Amino acid sequence: MTLDFARRVEVTLRLNGRELTTVVSPRTTLLDWLRDDAGLTGAKKGCNEGACGTCTVLVDGRRMNGCLTLVVQCAGRAVTTVEGLAQDGAGLHPVQQAFADHDAFQCGYCTPGQLMSAVACIAEGHATDDATVREWMSGNICRCSAYPQITAAVLAAAQETGQ
Amino acid sequence: MRDFGYARAGTAEAAVGTLADPGAAVIAGGTELLNWFRLGIAAADRVVDIGGLDELRGITRDGDELRIGALATLNEVGEHPLVIQAASALASACLQAASAQVRNRATIGGNVLQRTRCPYFRAEEPLPWPCNKRDPGSGCASLAGRHERQAIFGWTRDCVAVQPSDPAVALAALDAQADVLGPAGPRTVPMREFHLTQREAAAAGEPMRETRLGPDELITGYRLPAVPGGQAYVKVRERASYEYAIVSAAAAVRLEDERIISARVALGSVAQRPWRLTTAEAELPGTPLTREALTPVIERAMADAAPLPQNGFKVTMAANAAVRALLTAGGAS
Repeated sequence: MTLDFARRVEVTLRLNGRELTTVVSPRTTLLDWLRDDAGLTGAKKGCNEGACGTCTVLVDGRRMNGCLTLVVQCAGRAVTTVEGLAQDGAGLHPVQQAFADHDAFQCGYCTPGQLMSAVACIAEGHATDDATVREWMSGNICRCSAYPQITAAVLAAAQETGQ
Repeated sequence: MRDFGYARAGTAEAAVGTLADPGAAVIAGGTELLNWFRLGIAAADRVVDIGGLDELRGITRDGDELRIGALATLNEVGEHPLVIQAASALASACLQAASAQVRNRATIGGNVLQRTRCPYFRAEEPLPWPCNKRDPGSGCASLAGRHERQAIFGWTRDCVAVQPSDPAVALAALDAQADVLGPAGPRTVPMREFHLTQREAAAAGEPMRETRLGPDELITGYRLPAVPGGQAYVKVRERASYEYAIVSAAAAVRLEDERIISARVALGSVAQRPWRLTTAEAELPGTPLTREALTPVIERAMADAAPLPQNGFKVTMAANAAVRALLTAGGAS
């Protein structure tokens, strides 16, 4: 049996709750596609090698680096970016509100990734105490070093949402 | 990243069938492959995606055997109750690897195939310095340059790099077998022999070969014997999280009346393969589980280390990590 190798691939996925179909070159990363084709520039391109975490998005609810994920690997999956966190008319997501309340950023470049990672960290049940949050948020680098405030915001948001 | 053709494999056999073509590559999580493509470490004209093969995903226990599918992610392995119960050193090694979001993509099959973190190797093409892994015959810039993180066992003048995988160290210590599928069918490879030192590769006539996996073979999963006793994985690094090991140690220990009746211990990031301390394992039964009793046994097993000019400290650090792993596995600390 031989496989058919395609140079253009049609991919259907859900992006922030909306189903859409796109045609991509297989090498297109989820990060590049979000920023250049889908018009969602929340996820940032920091290192483009999986080291900084600022491109973190959710795929089927699990946090992943957009730069280490191909769009073709997301067929049939639900992708959530920072733009999909706040619901229309409902104000900020509790994790976004906690980051604002705790001053958990300075320049803000890492914040979209921090937020998505925090949402997942809380949902996974890893937002239990300072040390656990620091360990499970270590994939998101903050060069302004707002780590104490980020840790406090994650713990506060976990408490707020009862998790 | 250069363009490539893409296909999803419907079966593991179909994926293997494409690998006879040297221009083909397998993608599972992609955390290594995409960076290889970016740096020019690998180039493929065809990429076959095995991510949809659910039969390669499960974690099950059958009697005294733990089975882990190659597509289980590092987070799935690290947090799975069956792994925590029967192979806690492996669970710990998985959760100390990479970051939470990388571990949601990285698979246990692909992890052991990661390449060295040697900075001379992991640079964008065209390389401004020699590297025999990237350009065979060009030389080794690390040997003449910085090599404080490199091998203390098994290296040659052609290459002094180490294998950085954490899970591979635990798999070797726990006597895991890799299930491998090739064009001729399935076979198994013991994980303590899966990787090759530079010296072993040179002796086999392929100095830059890093594993016993053939270019047309695929890891489909692992089988581990579930044996009683304590286990530990100790990772020593420059920051507390999300960093490669300077050295690491995996240990499994059975005790009776505070004395060891059997012990297995492997070091990581000291060679291009996990380094089992077999002479220490033979000597340890009957030894009390104390730092004072364990240290001379481990130090004797490290006597054949051959550190480079800048990495003598790794001999001491690895011995200390091994002692700590044994103590922790036995519940002494």
